[in-house]
Amino acid sequence: MDLPVIPNEPPITPELVAEHGLKPDEYQRILDLIGRAPTLTELGIFSAMWNEHCSYKSSKVHLRTLPTKAPWVIQGPGENAGVIDIGDGLACVFKMESHNHPSYIEPYQGAATGVGGILRDVFTMGARPVACLNALSFGAPAHPKTRHLVSGVVAGIGGYGNSFGVPTVGGQVRFHSRYDGNNLVNAMAVGIAEADKIFYAAASGVNMPIVYLGSKTGRDGIHGASMASAEFDEDSDAKRPTVQVGDPFSEKLLLEACLEIMARDCVIAIQDMGAAGLTCSAVEMGAKGDLGVTLELDKVPCREEGMSAYEMMLSESQERMLMVLKPEKENEAEAIFRKWGLDFAVVGHTTPSMRFIVKHGGDVMADLPIKELGDQAPEYKRPFVLGEKPKPVDATAVEPPVGTTDALKMLLATPDLCSRRWVWEQYDHIILGNTVQRPGGDAAVIRVADGPKGLALTTDVTPRYCEADPFEGGKQAVAECWRNLTAVGARPLAITDNLNFGNPERPEIMGQFVGCVRGIAEACKALDFPVVSGNVSLYNETNGRAILPTPSIGGVGVLADFRKSVSLAFKSEGEAIILIGETLGWLGQSLYLRDICGREEGAPPPVDLVEEKENGDFVRDLILSGAVSAAHDLSDGGLLVALAEMAMASGIGAALDAAPGDIPAHAYWFGEDQARYVVTASAAQANGLLAKAQEAGLLAMRIGVTGGTALAVTGEMPVPVADLRKLHEGWLPAFMSGEVAPTV
Amino acid sequence: MKAAVLVFPGINRERDMARTLRLVSGREPAMVWHTEPELPAGTDLVVIPGGFSYGDYLRCGAIAARSPVMDAVRTFADRGGLVLAVCNGFQIACEAGLLPGVLMRNQNLRFICRDVYLRVETSNSPFTRGYNAGQVIKVPVAHGEGNYIADSETIARLEGEGRVVFRYSSPDGMVDPNWNHNGAINAIAGIVNERGNVLGMMPHPENHVEAAIGSTDGYDLFAGLTDHLAKAA
Repeated sequence: MDLPVIPNEPPITPELVAEHGLKPDEYQRILDLIGRAPTLTELGIFSAMWNEHCSYKSSKVHLRTLPTKAPWVIQGPGENAGVIDIGDGLACVFKMESHNHPSYIEPYQGAATGVGGILRDVFTMGARPVACLNALSFGAPAHPKTRHLVSGVVAGIGGYGNSFGVPTVGGQVRFHSRYDGNNLVNAMAVGIAEADKIFYAAASGVNMPIVYLGSKTGRDGIHGASMASAEFDEDSDAKRPTVQVGDPFSEKLLLEACLEIMARDCVIAIQDMGAAGLTCSAVEMGAKGDLGVTLELDKVPCREEGMSAYEMMLSESQERMLMVLKPEKENEAEAIFRKWGLDFAVVGHTTPSMRFIVKHGGDVMADLPIKELGDQAPEYKRPFVLGEKPKPVDATAVEPPVGTTDALKMLLATPDLCSRRWVWEQYDHIILGNTVQRPGGDAAVIRVADGPKGLALTTDVTPRYCEADPFEGGKQAVAECWRNLTAVGARPLAITDNLNFGNPERPEIMGQFVGCVRGIAEACKALDFPVVSGNVSLYNETNGRAILPTPSIGGVGVLADFRKSVSLAFKSEGEAIILIGETLGWLGQSLYLRDICGREEGAPPPVDLVEEKENGDFVRDLILSGAVSAAHDLSDGGLLVALAEMAMASGIGAALDAAPGDIPAHAYWFGEDQARYVVTASAAQANGLLAKAQEAGLLAMRIGVTGGTALAVTGEMPVPVADLRKLHEGWLPAFMSGEVAPTV
Repeated sequence: MKAAVLVFPGINRERDMARTLRLVSGREPAMVWHTEPELPAGTDLVVIPGGFSYGDYLRCGAIAARSPVMDAVRTFADRGGLVLAVCNGFQIACEAGLLPGVLMRNQNLRFICRDVYLRVETSNSPFTRGYNAGQVIKVPVAHGEGNYIADSETIARLEGEGRVVFRYSSPDGMVDPNWNHNGAINAIAGIVNERGNVLGMMPHPENHVEAAIGSTDGYDLFAGLTDHLAKAA
């Protein structure tokens, strides 16, 4: 074996290898690949490229099974973000990504840099960000850290997005004790670009200058990606120094500068520095373009003195970009960056050698085969066991502990069903002046440019379903996303998936992953709803206890005319309320069963994808033809919770028929059967609507009429909508201010 | 109307403002970079838009207030030119000495984005001539530091001279702590300078000018301004 390239470096010991998160067989792979012992810098580079977070080594074999193609897909997974054609020469660029581990250790900065990272992924491709969403999972409200984490994460998301200047228009917030030691922060960004002006990461041309842009490099975030590839234990707080610090001001400047030089046609290739910073971005640019890269670290703008090559290569300082510029445009690009007060430095060049060479202080610190660094990462077919499917819960055997109206009142004030206003009022959700449907509905709707085109956006998953039955849960996450887009009148186009799981080295966790991915794939195929980007976050567990399997699905749909979308609020009195879809009264894994009966059990509701598609297509046609005045999908909490939400959004009440005799009342009102919607229509249009449904062989029935100021179920005490609102709006602010001591 | 919208690094509502000015007045405003020593010739309205100039890192508006373009704005205002300063713009105008007082952190210490109700206190201003005194309008706010405060003498002067132009209120126009989301003294949402040609306000009328996007209650501020400038010309 050759001597290391650089003398004076510590010899690589098994301890050092382990500290870099590399397994002995993975280290052997490195030795085989380069034919000598690596230098410390090289070891750092390998650990950055081969950790779970960057290499997808446990998940790749399964991710390949996801459908990623459709005629409207311009770019599927593998780039900074996915790209779809939304017509009229425009493209939508979007992706969701997790920042779970850092957000638990330092909630404000962890969440803020999560938003910053995903925004960079989108504008790196030439798109101006137009919206952000998120999906947040926290531990039980009673857990001593929960309030602190909610407060910090929400402030961090707002702090970054508000300052950057993008509206945060939607998301999810849930609480469950299984997230006690590992909260989840999944951030999604959506941008708009001209379809023929998308920028990619692959470099082209030999001896092209590689330019470093943005903020200076510091010692923050070193080994961040490795942290995200390990479990937590009691000492996790010691990992705080690996969390980066966000600077939305610099990012806003970077956005404007990048879009300006892209508009002037200066850019050949561009890659943001996210996880594993300079290492990952430089290797990807070279490897994707079949070129070598030589970096001169002495030219990297540094925030601190005396940084080593190792530190520079692994720093995860934020708000940085790497670009290959057209040589004749270098001066023009530099002037633009200087105008925005950003650093600009030529730090290397492309080579024909297919080597990744790092020079510092006159020495070669790393000399590695560039293709293998990316492509030859270990890939595991980890063993998995699929758990046994739980038995359905017999609704007739569930004794209702309280009456229907009381159950509704209790449910609306539970942590998982109460209003999230306290959260989304901290996000600027109206900036850019295009927000048509604000947070709180089924999906957000934004106008594209000056309209009339609109986009519908949502994030969805029901982790308790995924835990009980990963396959059905995976299907349901996609189906609910599709349904939410449909419920505002949009045509669902594509998704980004953010797959959050525990330790994949445990076969039962790997089984959850495999089950969910299979479910997602099945639903995507059936609904013609491909995956165009995504992210996997594993090792979300603490002391051997894993999170609930949480494959967050971010969906994008398009409206030819945003003015045709409808919201869930009742619009006027005397309108017919119509339930579309089949109600069997499925109580297994329902919130009613969990939060009212104290039983977290049973099989989750199965998703019939054919029915899902038929009912959804029917509802979308109704909306677009102007036949309905309001629409709402049915999900958590079931029918009565959905009706209450429609009433609370407007202040208009409703008179509701009693439950049909063939289903127990509590199962009818609170069962979580899938593929269902509630719509309202004028009395005149209702008959035609029902006839049309019958013609199409779909189930639709009139279940009541809007009006008054109370929600009145036949045979029950009417409850004023104002009282429902008070309950619904009350819990979260009271919890966050410490006024209520949660019991769960 | 020949409007100039100032652009500082970190400003982020300049596009919203420009679109609204275009929509209401039919004319494209000039976007003026912060290093410009002069305003475009013929400018009759300067708009300092919202955002996070310089990241709000030192003190909201403090750095932008010292930009070269602000000298030109001061000269313009001294000559009686109209200046509309919204949100971060209001903070910049206070820091630049164009308006008295300061915007502190919201009482609940959190950023707040929601629709609020404003009572229009006077229609006797180029900025509010499109409204009736006492009219209540619904417009959004989006700020973390909107809690207006000044010494008691200044407040007494502002009130005495009728320079409080907008006040946070209930939907039926009552001033009530429950409807004063940021805790501003006397529920002050917007004020003018002594001469009445500089308006600072925290809410965003520019985000409520289209029915399809929520409300048109902000439209008449810009329509009134356009009308005023047309008559002045």
